Amino acid sequence: MSALLEVVDLSMRFGGLLAVDGVEFSVQREQVYAVIGPNGAGKTTVFNCVSGFYRPTRGQVRLDGEPTHRLSSYQIARRGLVRTFQNVRLFKQMTAVENLLVAQHTQLQTGLLKGLLQTPRYRHAERHAIEKAAFWLERVGLLEQANREAGNLAYGQQRRLEIARCMITDPRLLLLDEPAAGLNPHETQELDRLINQLRQHHGVSVLLIEHDMSLVMSISDQILVMENGSPIAVGPPAEIQANPRVIKAYLGEA
Amino acid sequence: MPKPLPDALLMALLTGLLTLPIIGVQIRVEGINVLLEGDAGPVLLAMAAVFLARLFQVPLQAASGLIRLGQVLPTAERMASYRPALLTLLVMVAVVWPFTASRGAVDIATLALIYVMLGLGLNIVVGYAGLLDLGYVAFYAVGAYGYALLSLHFGLSFWECLPLCVLLAAATGCLLGFPVLRLRGDYLAIVTLGFGEIIRLLLNNLDELTGGPDGIGNIPKPTLFGLEFARRPSTEGGVTFHQFFGLEYSGGDTVIFLYLVALVMTLFILYVINRLIHMPVGRAWEALREDEIACRSLGLNPTVIKLSAFSLGASTAGFAGAFFAARQGFINPESFTFIESAIVLSIVVLGGMGSQIGVILAAVALTALPEAARQFAEYRMLIFGLVLMLMMIWRPQGLLPATRPRLELPQ
Repeated sequence: MSALLEVVDLSMRFGGLLAVDGVEFSVQREQVYAVIGPNGAGKTTVFNCVSGFYRPTRGQVRLDGEPTHRLSSYQIARRGLVRTFQNVRLFKQMTAVENLLVAQHTQLQTGLLKGLLQTPRYRHAERHAIEKAAFWLERVGLLEQANREAGNLAYGQQRRLEIARCMITDPRLLLLDEPAAGLNPHETQELDRLINQLRQHHGVSVLLIEHDMSLVMSISDQILVMENGSPIAVGPPAEIQANPRVIKAYLGEA
Repeated sequence: MPKPLPDALLMALLTGLLTLPIIGVQIRVEGINVLLEGDAGPVLLAMAAVFLARLFQVPLQAASGLIRLGQVLPTAERMASYRPALLTLLVMVAVVWPFTASRGAVDIATLALIYVMLGLGLNIVVGYAGLLDLGYVAFYAVGAYGYALLSLHFGLSFWECLPLCVLLAAATGCLLGFPVLRLRGDYLAIVTLGFGEIIRLLLNNLDELTGGPDGIGNIPKPTLFGLEFARRPSTEGGVTFHQFFGLEYSGGDTVIFLYLVALVMTLFILYVINRLIHMPVGRAWEALREDEIACRSLGLNPTVIKLSAFSLGASTAGFAGAFFAARQGFINPESFTFIESAIVLSIVVLGGMGSQIGVILAAVALTALPEAARQFAEYRMLIFGLVLMLMMIWRPQGLLPATRPRLELPQ
């Protein structure tokens, strides 16, 4: 069986700047894979290429063996690869539960006429969608906040809602861009627990970018370290921690 | 803050200098000669106005601060609670009213209803989906010409043409929307503006098809289950409304009938739009307006969603256009100029983007008031502009701001 996500020789050039150069990695099923590196190393650019927001200059991205680097972002999302953003992108004026309903849009293929006439099948689909939203709100501990506007939620709650909004699309691979940024230590612990639950109970693989090293080391199975657009090390947490090149990249020359 | 008196004097002097060449000279035609005459009157008037306004600037500003439109008009939250009752009452009044009103008033009300339909349609595009469309009148024209041509060449009746016109306008909307909707904001506005003009120019110049500037006449009126509203049936063996019911012929019946048709059509549109905004597609419009990138990351195809809003808005305009052609009995390209798009857009902005009751009120106000105040017809655009400016200062969210159709999770 091939890997869930395979990235081969990925490069992205913006004019004269080679932001990502020859990145290769593969994510296995139910694996948590972290991408780390100093600011400006090109981590988010890799994410944007993998999720279809950028079209890579060179290289291939395969999801479950199928090449996806030529597809647009929404097509990739429909194939089960969804992502969160570094700066939370919720529909701020909509309530938490409505955010989760929008995410089910592609599953709710009800048809205009059925909706206009409110046929039983339409009502059933709508009810099912709301139940599913309630399930995920409970899962991330936001059931009490269901009817509040997403923009008015606390920052940590917004982060969790964004993850719930991804999970409700039943993804195979979840991309988290700095999920712990701006969270307090307690919230970071909760996030750690949540990601583990998602992997164990919902069979999702996670690819994440993160600066919080304690979180990265505790949940990742594999880590890719990037510097100036190039990969400098790949391996399990213990190996990475001991790698002299990684230490040099983070702390500078001794 | 400068001293009021010297400041006011200086400003008045400046006003005098600036206005002298513009309103200080009157043009008089005497025989074949054009004479320029100095006329100090208007200049002095302008100077006096500026002087006084400048002198009393501080108390004036304080007084304007006391006017709080927000306290007079209801807030969004209060609106939601009495919305159903208000709607029922409005509909009842609207049905009974024409039988008590004058023929002229009912006719104006019919026109107002056409603008209500147009406003509601554009509200989908601008208010819900957040796409600025300045060429909305093009779809209105497609509907009107669609009905006129279909009835002229194929002899189809109004009710047969209505769904065809809706489809035609929706198709035009898709055709235009597909290449254009990847643009955003100002760029989209300019392209749609151009498209509106193209349609008008086509109508003007495709003489053989559309009759050019002469337009198309003798467009049949809608019938009531095949009964015509006319003194005599237009076809051999036909029966008219008054003959069938054994009534005296009255031209007023036609006017009332057209009004009621427009009312039914408006209510139909209201129902459809109300359903749409509570459906997944309505939520998707709103989500797309808020954050397109987030939508894409969740698998929503932005082009399809925008296109659905655009073509639904267009089909509403086609719907209204077909009725417009039937009511007028005559159409030409003059009815579909840019100013119509501008008026419909003002209706949406004045009423409150995304607010249906607001749009209805604004449409009625903008069509009925100019008719009621005919003696001020010259100042119509001036007042119109002033109202828009004041609205933007005091109540930018519109007369009756929209309440989001919130979906609540039962706790």
